Amino acid sequence: MNAYGLYTLLHKEIFRFLKVFVQTILTPIITVLLYLLVFSSVLSHHVKVYENVSYIQFLVPGLMMMSIIQNAFANTSSSLFQSRMTGNVVFMLVAPLSNWEIYLGFIGAAIARGLLVGMGLWIAALYFVILPIHNPFILLIFAILGSAVLGTLGLISALWADKWEHISAFQNFVILPLSFLSGVFYRVDTLPEFWEQISYYNPFFYLIEGFRYGFFGVADVALSTTFLIVLTFYTITTLFCLWLLHTGYQLRH
Amino acid sequence: MTIAVNIEQVSKHYGQLTALQSLNFTIPKGSFFGLLGPNGAGKSTLISIMAGLVYPSKGQVQIMGHDVRHAWRQARQCLGVVPQELVVDMFFTVNQLLTLQSGYFGLGRANRPWLQELLHVLNLEDKSNTLMMNLSGGMKRRVLIAQALVHKPAVVVLDEPTAGVDIELRKLLWEFIKRLHQAGHTIVLTTHYLEEAENLCEHIAILNQGQLIALDHKQALLSHHPYRLLYLAIPNLELSQLPPALHPKIHSSTTADQLVLQLHQDHDPIATVLDTLRSANLHFTDLHTQQPRLEDVFLSLTHRAVPHSL
Repeated sequence: MNAYGLYTLLHKEIFRFLKVFVQTILTPIITVLLYLLVFSSVLSHHVKVYENVSYIQFLVPGLMMMSIIQNAFANTSSSLFQSRMTGNVVFMLVAPLSNWEIYLGFIGAAIARGLLVGMGLWIAALYFVILPIHNPFILLIFAILGSAVLGTLGLISALWADKWEHISAFQNFVILPLSFLSGVFYRVDTLPEFWEQISYYNPFFYLIEGFRYGFFGVADVALSTTFLIVLTFYTITTLFCLWLLHTGYQLRH
Repeated sequence: MTIAVNIEQVSKHYGQLTALQSLNFTIPKGSFFGLLGPNGAGKSTLISIMAGLVYPSKGQVQIMGHDVRHAWRQARQCLGVVPQELVVDMFFTVNQLLTLQSGYFGLGRANRPWLQELLHVLNLEDKSNTLMMNLSGGMKRRVLIAQALVHKPAVVVLDEPTAGVDIELRKLLWEFIKRLHQAGHTIVLTTHYLEEAENLCEHIAILNQGQLIALDHKQALLSHHPYRLLYLAIPNLELSQLPPALHPKIHSSTTADQLVLQLHQDHDPIATVLDTLRSANLHFTDLHTQQPRLEDVFLSLTHRAVPHSL
């Protein structure tokens, strides 16, 4: 294994998003704070959440996870696709880095960005609300898994896309609807039956469900089921991504 | 080991298009090897296969004995490629880019002196903290060369390194490449400047339409070429005065004061040609001959040596 090569790629990818800190960390935090301000004022008396949990407390973990996953996706998709478009991806491809090492380098950076955005939001949200923490280990696991899953989807979209428009379409027609309709702003069991059932097929729902459980210790679905579904989804997307890298799809012709 | 690159029955197809067809040759270790061919001949495809950027449809390539598909880590450690296009990561400085590229090859701080040396010999020291986006084209070209050499590869491939480069930089590059060659590196060069290839390369391979059409030592290749050029200074030359027998031999470099004839080494004795000119009452004031150049060999092999016609 080329451990130093992997470390270098990880370092480069983290360095890349930190160089544009305002765009990659600060902006998503501000955006989510605006969501928080608007939705908490408008919906706080209309949405039924868990007992002894206020709506704003319920909302913050959902918004945190939504931001974590959207930023993890943006990190890998923009970085790899930009490298492909400018052609400088060849410097990574001619190096003795395996597909696994390339995958881990990108996903590691996506996790780092996801966690930084999540932490930043948590700190900023302290101004509005103090959240209970039921299990910090579960919180961390789901934050990492959420970043890793979406980082993987970001890599897949960067490999599939032929132009920036494709990345944008993937983000706007797949990632955004799935994250908005995953119970960020409401409990899915308060939805009409049909939409509730549809929600259970949305893998992002389980990411938010597990993350919320880490804060409140309650959830609509059993934690073991949630964890299993997230892990299965992660395994499938990872295997697909590694297969694309193995075949050299859009990278090695 | 005497072979640096072994290319065995390599073919590459893109759908119906055949980019490379059963290429089979070796590049000797320590040689300065010219890989020539017209645009679209398959040179860059072959280089990409060597670098693992393109998978061959058939056949295999070994770099210093390591198969590029099955022993790719070792093969890539032995190969450095300077790409044709100016592809750089605009948001990093020269120093950062070289450190990152070195890191990809598993080389940490211990490699720092070599990176400093690269910056020094390529005259990049004062630009080391400059962002790539702020460098000129020539400077970016130097950085590309440094990037390809961060891991001291045994085989260095230069894909048209002097395309669009000014004379000063070209001289600097060739001095540097010669030093690398003297230090034992195998150099593989593709270029459309055939004078460069003729001056530098010991071995030449010529590709055309994906096929290998020539492979030899430079001198052997030149000596096999059956033509030489005869230069005759004839003031106020009127080509219409020339005897018809000489028309097919007129070379494209003929000017108003100088007739250039392309003569077959065996079938066109100079004495006979001069007699023909004299009989047509054409008088020359000076003459000299020139042995074939690589460009002549290249053009004749790639079927571009079209004799000048009136």
